[in-house]
Amino acid sequence: MRYAMVIDTLKCVGCSDCVVACQTENNVPLGYCRDWVTETVDGAYPKVELELKSERCNHCDNAPCVRCCPTGASHIAEGGIVLVTEDECIGCGACIESCPYDARYQHPDGYVDKCTFCHHRLEKGQNPACVEVCPTKCMYFGDLDDPTSEVSELLKTRKHKVLAPEAGTSPNVYYLIK
Amino acid sequence: MQEEIFVSGRHLPKIDPNLEIWHWEISLYLFLGGLAAGILFFTALFYLLKKENEMQATVKYATIIAPIALIVGLAALFFDLSHKLYFWQLYTTVRITSPMSWGAWVLLIITPLSILWVFSYYRETYPKLEAKLQTFKRLKFLNTFEKFLIKNRKTMAIALIPLSLILGIYTGILLSAFNARPLWNNSILGPLFLTSGLSTGAAAILLFTKSHFERTLISKIDLALIFIELALIVHMFMGMYAGSQVQLEAMQILIGGSYTVMFFVFVIILGLIVPFVLELTEILGFKVPIIAPAMLILIGGLIFRIVMVNAGQLTRYLY
Amino acid sequence: MSYANTRFVNNFTPVNINILMTTSRRKFIKISALGLGGVAASTSALKMFGANTYLEGLVKQNIAGEFNKTATYCEVCFWKCAAWAYTDNDGEIIKIKGNETDPHCHGRLCPRGTGGVGMYNDEDRLKTPLIRTTVDGKQTFRKATWEEALDLIASKMKDVKSKYGAESFALLKHGSPGSHLEHLFKAYGSDTIAEPAYAQCRGPRETGFALTLGSWIGSPEPTDIRDTKCLVLIGSHIGENMHNSQVQEMSDAIDNNATIITVDPRLSTAASKSQHWLAIKPATDIALLLAWMNVIIEEKLYDEAYIEKYGYGFKELKAHVKEFTPEWAYGITTIKPEQIRETARLMAAAAPSVIIHPGRHVVWYGDDSQRERAIAMLNGLLGSWGKRGGFYFKEKVSLPKFPHPAYPKPKWGWEEIGEKYPYAEMGITSELIKASIPGEGENEKYPIKAWIIAGTNLINTIPERDVILKAMDAVDFIAVVDTMPMEITGYADVVLPECTYLERYDGIRNAAKREPSLALRYPVAKPKYDSKAAWWISKQLGERLGLQEYFNYNDYEDVIKWQLEQVGSSLEEMKRLGVKKFERKTPLYMEDGEDFEFATNSGKIEFYSDELASKGFDPMPVYKQHPEPPQGFYRLIYGRSPMHTFSRTINNPNLSALKDTNKLWVNPKVARMLGLKNDQTVWLQNQDGVDSTFSIKVRVTERIRWDSVYMYHGFGHNNKKLSRAFGKGISDTRMITKVAVDPLMGGTGLRGNFVKILTEDPYKNSKV
Ligand SMILES: Nc1nc2c(c(=O)[nH]1)N[C@H]1C(S)=C(S)[C@@H](COP(=O)(O)OP(=O)(O)OC[C@H]3O[C@@H](n4cnc5c(=O)[nH]c(N)nc54)[C@H](O)[C@@H]3O)O[C@H]1N2
Ligand SMILES: Nc1nc2c(c(=O)[nH]1)N[C@H]1C(S)=C(S)[C@@H](COP(=O)(O)OP(=O)(O)OC[C@H]3O[C@@H](n4cnc5c(=O)[nH]c(N)nc54)[C@H](O)[C@@H]3O)O[C@H]1N2
Ligand code: SF4
Ligand code: SF4
Ligand code: SF4
Ligand code: SF4
Ligand code: SF4
Ligand SMILES: [Mo]
Repeated sequence: MRYAMVIDTLKCVGCSDCVVACQTENNVPLGYCRDWVTETVDGAYPKVELELKSERCNHCDNAPCVRCCPTGASHIAEGGIVLVTEDECIGCGACIESCPYDARYQHPDGYVDKCTFCHHRLEKGQNPACVEVCPTKCMYFGDLDDPTSEVSELLKTRKHKVLAPEAGTSPNVYYLIK
Repeated sequence: MQEEIFVSGRHLPKIDPNLEIWHWEISLYLFLGGLAAGILFFTALFYLLKKENEMQATVKYATIIAPIALIVGLAALFFDLSHKLYFWQLYTTVRITSPMSWGAWVLLIITPLSILWVFSYYRETYPKLEAKLQTFKRLKFLNTFEKFLIKNRKTMAIALIPLSLILGIYTGILLSAFNARPLWNNSILGPLFLTSGLSTGAAAILLFTKSHFERTLISKIDLALIFIELALIVHMFMGMYAGSQVQLEAMQILIGGSYTVMFFVFVIILGLIVPFVLELTEILGFKVPIIAPAMLILIGGLIFRIVMVNAGQLTRYLY
Repeated sequence: MSYANTRFVNNFTPVNINILMTTSRRKFIKISALGLGGVAASTSALKMFGANTYLEGLVKQNIAGEFNKTATYCEVCFWKCAAWAYTDNDGEIIKIKGNETDPHCHGRLCPRGTGGVGMYNDEDRLKTPLIRTTVDGKQTFRKATWEEALDLIASKMKDVKSKYGAESFALLKHGSPGSHLEHLFKAYGSDTIAEPAYAQCRGPRETGFALTLGSWIGSPEPTDIRDTKCLVLIGSHIGENMHNSQVQEMSDAIDNNATIITVDPRLSTAASKSQHWLAIKPATDIALLLAWMNVIIEEKLYDEAYIEKYGYGFKELKAHVKEFTPEWAYGITTIKPEQIRETARLMAAAAPSVIIHPGRHVVWYGDDSQRERAIAMLNGLLGSWGKRGGFYFKEKVSLPKFPHPAYPKPKWGWEEIGEKYPYAEMGITSELIKASIPGEGENEKYPIKAWIIAGTNLINTIPERDVILKAMDAVDFIAVVDTMPMEITGYADVVLPECTYLERYDGIRNAAKREPSLALRYPVAKPKYDSKAAWWISKQLGERLGLQEYFNYNDYEDVIKWQLEQVGSSLEEMKRLGVKKFERKTPLYMEDGEDFEFATNSGKIEFYSDELASKGFDPMPVYKQHPEPPQGFYRLIYGRSPMHTFSRTINNPNLSALKDTNKLWVNPKVARMLGLKNDQTVWLQNQDGVDSTFSIKVRVTERIRWDSVYMYHGFGHNNKKLSRAFGKGISDTRMITKVAVDPLMGGTGLRGNFVKILTEDPYKNSKV
């Protein structure tokens, strides 16, 4: 089992529904976020390229945040999901320092929080809240170990990228770019 | 024209626009850790070299700083935790891949050890105090305990050598382990912080020593350390210069950015070059109040860590 | 230089302040931190000392979202997506999710709908009825009971009726609350009713399409985007315009490799997804449309048999567009002839599975009905009407109205007030407003003396603010029914706090789409504070006016029950389903060669309109040049932020967390010329010397032309009681002091306003 998220930048409109949905699903305190949307503009009018991306923790195979955690609060759970156990977290901030994507934040209650791939929903056979809400249906979620899964198929057939590969974390959130 | 912006989300407190997760507490913690490591290293080294009597400050007096520094340092670290209630979780497991973890364990061992060491010299170094307190009269077992410690000073010293070196290196590794912060992510930081730690340790000892022999010897060692430290810093920049785009940008912060003045004036010039010159002239027999270079080195060492911790958090891969 | 209205009040006498602050910000934050965050924290705390299974269970339940769900439909905009609202055990609303079976949303709400819970949670909400009073010479609001407030409004309605006739009491409304008050007004004898969704929104397209294809577009648009081969967007910025199923279907179209062509002076999100972005010079779209028709006709890219059978006045059109070559249009639109030809050929190749989208907010330059007619004609040429991948025939459920006596016939109403616009098919807000000012508009013949405003924030909605302010000064009485302390409430004599859509019943949603369906709005939680539903307010007023027989029920639930039974459903069933679909009775598409009659005078697609000619209008659209920005000025264009709805959501805690202000989009060339930097603070001044109330930050971007600046509509609130929205960004509406009125239907063209960018605070000196 290797969970992965595949996001089609050709369809994403940057509406940020994924951000609100995550907030209400996971009770992310206002002013904080587990996912966010970026916009990249390139070129010169009227030859301009626009890319919109919904970003979050990449649940990296090679996760520095897990390595540097002194208590084991940050750990890799079943399916490669990177999680934080709130009551093992001392709030030392090492994992935040270690994440090249700044995907973690200090919850007002002190512990460190981040995207969980909505594992509580996965347990019930549901997709993550952001995936389920996206009005352009540009987010896909599934198991990379299953070659027939939608995500595997997409990565086989479509040109894709990950964020900051040079950081060497081998992310599990992929972006379709063609 | 190129544009990269956040459409939404991402005004995370202490993370956007740039990281402010670690504050002065961590800088202080790293400084004091290095200082204690330096002192304890020399203490143990010269004890084993049987220089106990020629070098009283090194072996007996200055050592008092180590446990104090370590305890204050740990307090600072604790102060910077955001989920303090769970501090004890640190000591429920050992995580080899996490410098933060083995650092915490090393501190757990070296701090009491340093206290024992100081205690073993207590009556000898502070007779007046003991005369007042009369603790040994009141608590008889202390006598046997002291005897036991004095008998085992050699063992303690042998343990202190590696422990102090690990502690010194750790203060650098803690940062350099972070791939995500290009300024920190280089192999020089460990040795560099160790050297700096030894040098601050030496400086602290200089504040205590009264013997000419001891002063000149420690000064000579310190000169060498400062020299190595400068060399390592140059090496670090050359490494970054040859490195990736992100590292080049990181280096900019020190040599042409927000921290340039602080780094060059307070760390390089006032913290290293000036004391180097002062100590040299002192050794060549000119009259220099030793307190001057010593204090400059100590302050420089602290500022060096403040700069590295803050500047490092300005550097990132994305956005 | 802008009209100073003496009415505006946004302060309260101390006693009321306390009342209005009963739930403080802090309390709200506590609420939001409850549930997972809070519980989890306490779990952890407990865990330290072992025992925690109970709380952990609670967290699990919380996070697993095992809540009660209640059927509703969304009111954050007018797409009316059916949804499930989830409440926890204390009845607090936790989240809102789309109803899987709903053809408007297919289980996926848009960001505004998902964030709708913030409307309910907003601690700035109106909390009690308020009545304007004077406390030592100072105008202010005092807290009032519903009895007082309703009695006062009823008595004013009686006065106006006896003095001038019920017609002189106007209703300016929008959305669900409007429909309840509309019933009250018609029963009371006034048809002096208008909403901004006509003359500031869709009006021209309904006129243009009715004149050409004999049918309104209506909402939701019957555009078969899902199955189209070619989608042409003229302005309409789907993807920022988040009208839900359209956004979803555009994404399907991308999956189906449909050709997307976007005409927009700005790289809209849709434009960035298009194979062809035609970066048109603003205000020149008609020229492009004529050139497209020229290419299609000259190159014989149309289906002759089809035009023969269904077309009227094709010969005239052919002659008319002969001279409007792509080369001609190039000089006007700045779009290259080959690009015009290529895109025209692509449309024709896809025909009839092609959609030249009518757009929705189409009041741009005053010749909008004619532009929309050109769009309708182009669709006619390509035969996309009633065709798969073009425009489908929508169908709704025939749902009987709850029985009530016939409405009295008013002597005059919105129709008479708008009589100089022969094609106005709904009330023209701006004309009703003028008719409220002695000596202006139709005031002589149709004097308006009092207003009820429900669900529309006129201040940020209607252009020419001075005129509104004058009108509000002129009328004897204004009551506002709203959920939030929006600008408009500050001008009211009585403010009635309505509860949000999540706390009330409303009419059954019966919208026409591919499949007829009904959706239920059932109260999810009990109304917060002392707020009440608009149906209740209307009923209460009706009873005070002796109109009981029009409100022959105790609870609106009775109305819904009765209606549902008439169509073989029931409240129980609808509470379970949320949405119920019904069989179509008419075909979805038209057969090839079918003897189809278009509902026009000629029964055909009217390429030439005798009727327009007879009324002295252009029988076929012609391009007329519009004013250009003078030296140093830029055309102000605006659009939607995908996470907000007009001005209504800016203070919504969940949505303002996503975007709390608008920015001024400026082309890098312009920025260089004016020495503007990213995020620099600037002010605006328009052609009439009106300064922006607040400042705005610059966004230097290649996405906008050098002759225009762009901003999101809805920001720049200036009522301090909106704690999150106050003073954030600029209100485009304030800068729109000049309108180009559509002579056919009275639409207010909003995009002929030009602004200068000020780097100095224009109020610097007036401030002390
Ligand atoms: N998120 C969100 N979605 C909404 C709403 C909302 O409030 N928020 N409101 C809903 C309502 S009621 C409506 S009416 C619709 C309105 O949505 P639309 O019908 O899409 O409104 P437009 O005015 O067509 O969209 C504005 C676009 O027109 C472009 N434009 C400006 N001037 C010109 C011009 O001269 N020519 C051309 N070709 N383009 C031009 C602008 O650059 C901008 O991209 O949105 C609906 N959807
Ligand atoms: N400058 C400019 N003007 C425009 C537009 C533009 O793009 N630019 N767009 C035009 C278009 S397309 C349209 S459709 C109109 C929209 O015009 P409006 O519908 O007036 O838009 P809003 O600003 O959202 O105002 C809605 C008001 O209703 C209140 N409200 C929200 N929900 C409820 C409720 O449940 N009950 C009650 N009683 N009140 C409620 C809100 O608090 C707010 O005061 O604006 C038009 N005007
Ligand atoms: S919800 Fe979907 S379309 Fe909207 S921003 Fe997120 S990923 Fe993009
Ligand atoms: S994205 Fe950051 S937080 Fe997530 S797994 Fe990778 S390194 Fe850890
Ligand atoms: S903050 Fe918490 S999760 Fe992060 S490294 Fe420290 S203990 Fe681990
Ligand atoms: S997967 Fe769940 S937790 Fe992660 S961003 Fe999406 S909604 Fe938030
Ligand atoms: S489109 Fe969005 S805001 Fe409008 S009704 Fe649907 S969910 Fe609500
Ligand atoms: Mo609209």
